[in-house]
Amino acid sequence: MATFMAAFMIAGLVVCGITLGAFAASTARADAYTDAIAGLASPGFAEKAAAIEALGRLGDSRAIPVLEAMADNQLYTRKADGRLVTGSGGRDITLTDAATGEALGPATSRDLTRINANNAIRTAVGAAVGRLQIGDPDPAKRLAAAETMVRSESPDTVPLLRDALAREQVEDVRAALTLTLAKLSLSSADPGERLTAIKDLSSRLTPEVRALVTPLTLTKPDGTFAEPDPQIRAAATELLGRIDTRLMLTELALNLFQGISLGSVLLLAAIGLAITFGVMGVINMAHGEMIMLGAYTTVVVQQAFREYIPAEFFGLYLIISIPAAFLVAGAVGVAMERGIIRFLYGRPLETLLATWGISLMLQQLVRAIFGAPNKEVSNPGWMTGAVEAMPGMVLTYNRIAIIVFAIMVLAGLAALLRYTPFGLQMRAVTQNRSMASAMGIRTGWVDAMTFGLGSGIAGVAGVALSQVGNVSPNLGQGYIVDSFMVVVFGGVGSLWGVLAGAMTLGIFNKFLEPYAGAMLGKILILVFIILFIQKRPRGLFALKGRAAEA
Amino acid sequence: MVRISGRIRAAAMGCAVAVSALLAGAAQAAEPIKVGVLHSLSGTMAISETTLKDTIMMMVDDLNKKGGLLGRPVEAVVVDPASNWPLFAEKARELVQKDKVVAVFGCWTSVSRKSVLPVFEETNSLLFYPVQYEGEESSRNVFYTGAAPNQQAIPAVEYLMGPEGGSVKRWVLAGTDYVYPRTTNKILEAYLISKGVPKDDILINYTPFGHSDWQTIVADIKKFASAGKKTAVVSTINGDANVPFYKELANQGIKATDIPVVAFSVGEEELAGIDTSNLVGHLAAWNYFMSVDTPENAAFIKQWHAFTKNDKRVTNDPMEAHYIGFKMWTQAVLQAGTTDVNAVRQAMYGQKVRSPSGYDVVMNTNHHLSKPVMIGEIQSDGQFSVVSQTDDAIKGAAWSPYIPESAKLTADWTFPWVCGNCTEPKFGAYAK
Repeated sequence: MATFMAAFMIAGLVVCGITLGAFAASTARADAYTDAIAGLASPGFAEKAAAIEALGRLGDSRAIPVLEAMADNQLYTRKADGRLVTGSGGRDITLTDAATGEALGPATSRDLTRINANNAIRTAVGAAVGRLQIGDPDPAKRLAAAETMVRSESPDTVPLLRDALAREQVEDVRAALTLTLAKLSLSSADPGERLTAIKDLSSRLTPEVRALVTPLTLTKPDGTFAEPDPQIRAAATELLGRIDTRLMLTELALNLFQGISLGSVLLLAAIGLAITFGVMGVINMAHGEMIMLGAYTTVVVQQAFREYIPAEFFGLYLIISIPAAFLVAGAVGVAMERGIIRFLYGRPLETLLATWGISLMLQQLVRAIFGAPNKEVSNPGWMTGAVEAMPGMVLTYNRIAIIVFAIMVLAGLAALLRYTPFGLQMRAVTQNRSMASAMGIRTGWVDAMTFGLGSGIAGVAGVALSQVGNVSPNLGQGYIVDSFMVVVFGGVGSLWGVLAGAMTLGIFNKFLEPYAGAMLGKILILVFIILFIQKRPRGLFALKGRAAEA
Repeated sequence: MVRISGRIRAAAMGCAVAVSALLAGAAQAAEPIKVGVLHSLSGTMAISETTLKDTIMMMVDDLNKKGGLLGRPVEAVVVDPASNWPLFAEKARELVQKDKVVAVFGCWTSVSRKSVLPVFEETNSLLFYPVQYEGEESSRNVFYTGAAPNQQAIPAVEYLMGPEGGSVKRWVLAGTDYVYPRTTNKILEAYLISKGVPKDDILINYTPFGHSDWQTIVADIKKFASAGKKTAVVSTINGDANVPFYKELANQGIKATDIPVVAFSVGEEELAGIDTSNLVGHLAAWNYFMSVDTPENAAFIKQWHAFTKNDKRVTNDPMEAHYIGFKMWTQAVLQAGTTDVNAVRQAMYGQKVRSPSGYDVVMNTNHHLSKPVMIGEIQSDGQFSVVSQTDDAIKGAAWSPYIPESAKLTADWTFPWVCGNCTEPKFGAYAK
């Protein structure tokens, strides 16, 4: 019995001891965590960064929401009691205690002092959160973690990353992990490790790898090599050479894409002018303002969507804007033609001055209604961002969308002219007015509709251009010269000429720009067009036959 | 004799009555003091300059509510130079000679300032210029209430070089092709080289006004940044071209944590045309931000919202500069007791105004202000959060010490210098 009692007591003591020990350990850990959290509010930048790194090292996932709040500028100290809190929401902020996660109810920004984050803090937060999320079950989070950890400079993450890489199955995440690991190993003191890192990277010919490897081939200010080992240096130079060859090809493809993209913008801007100037022969200086009206219609439609339509349909506003802009700009065009231009047919100088006056009036009108400052047009979700077609070749969605849209507008217009009765009448009137009139076509009405069509298409272009440029009363001015250039270069009166002209100028411009700069590039293009017009006054696709003489 | 003297007396009496009646009339309807407003209300610059016109209207309105100046009401004469640089000079002459204004508040671009400068110097009248500019100028007839390069460009670059800014080693200087960006970049390049940045690590790029296709340049910036050193872009891109530039940056996925862009011409007003959710963390350097949390700023914003009857209107740095300039001019007129240009100019030196940014801003004898420098990061709501600011106001330097030709020059309009660009005092002989 006594022995039993003794054994029991000993067991009890042991249990007690273990519990106590565990308790002590957990409070110690909790203290380190609370300390680090409290450190986020320290006044100095270096202390804040240290606290963030400490949180990353502790491996406590409770820190993730706190750190993310900090990066979003939503970490505050409460003025009343100096407590560190995270908040969410705009005007009425819902508070949570940063250290304990306890809900503290609502507050206003007046009760709080914000702890401002800057880029350096956000970088540190990214690295720390990356550390905490490297083992996350969600591959997207693991990928983000691996990518942000590239920027952390601490070599003690290497074992963590090796572990993660060994477990990782998803190819994208593996790639990002390898890159991060290689970056850290490149700064390792062991030459063997550095060489292995370069070998690991040798199949990845991307700009990121280029950024990692380049420092190894540089010389220091005192003339010595940054990388003492010649073998590593040779490997790095060889890899860099291969990357540069690949990037040169990428750049060529990218230039081509950018050229087509600029070409499609020019095409959109000029296509309406191809009707009003190209087909009707009206020197329409207010063409740019039709584009501007289209862009402002987009602004109004967007505003209406924000106010009256549920947010999930917001992305559709652009689709609705297209017919709306066509109608608005088209109506203004018809009014212009009926009110002024029809009295001036055959008098190009007066037309030029009158339409220029109209353009100034429209600009000032829009300025009076909407105000002088730029209007904000947000790209819908499906047009923001980019796809990386090849490493280093980033194609933005809005550019792709505009290329597709420009081609659709051109095809639609070509079909309208070719296959509809209106298109037929239009061609008849422009080719031989008196004959068309004798055949019973109301030429006045056709003139008005044709001008309206050209203006309406300019309005549609405005919808697209509002997605890449800015929307201000001066919007049209930037496009008017380019538009005339494209139409004159492509050949007056020919739709295919406009397409060819726009694309040629776009691609030519984009291949010139890297060498000549944007300023000189523009001048060279102008010189080129002047010389070209000397040689072929009627442009690329000149109309032949009687129509050309009219 | 008696008769004659009686007649004379009567005549004299009549005269006296008439004169005193005239004097009384003048005192009742005192002729207003006229100030000129020379800002483009149409054309390219209307986007930025219209608000400045409104700011002056607000200040005039406020001054009249307080009873005017020297017992007379104040009237603003507004003209529209329509973003047309030569027209600026014409309109300035019209204001000074035809309308007889006693001071002009106006101009935005450096080209317009350079265009009106001869007019103000010839007629000896005053211009208050409210915009950050390239320096290298100090005219006796201009008070520069915006920032000089040492109050904006240099501190911003210093911030990025430091650990908080990310220890940037490689620089892209991108600007619009005209005098302000070219001079600023010249100063910055000299400054960076003096700090040991090799020439290969500086890329300078110019684009025309209103440039809209930024694909190539943004791709170039990315390529330049892939050389393994932390890279930043210093942007002196002006006006409308900023919107497509920032859109392209956002779409190509350039994050501020990778390649920060610090701008000198982008403020709250310009951001109003951009969706900033993808631009968080890019920077701007100014002497004032709307988000500054001071009671003076709260009052300024409240006054602005009340005057425009629109509580969504933003305030920005050039507006604050006009606010300071107008207040200083008012104080100087009160102190001098007259609107005479020479007297007011003397009274301007050392004039102190509590600015909305919460500092005591002082006019120096080189016609530039001592102002604080603030660096802000763009937030998702289109405002800036201040990440760095100087403890004290920094004195604006007219001549940059980083350009050898200008390092030698001094601007000081008091004895014995009395000169805006001299290597030695004009009246040095008298000072001995």
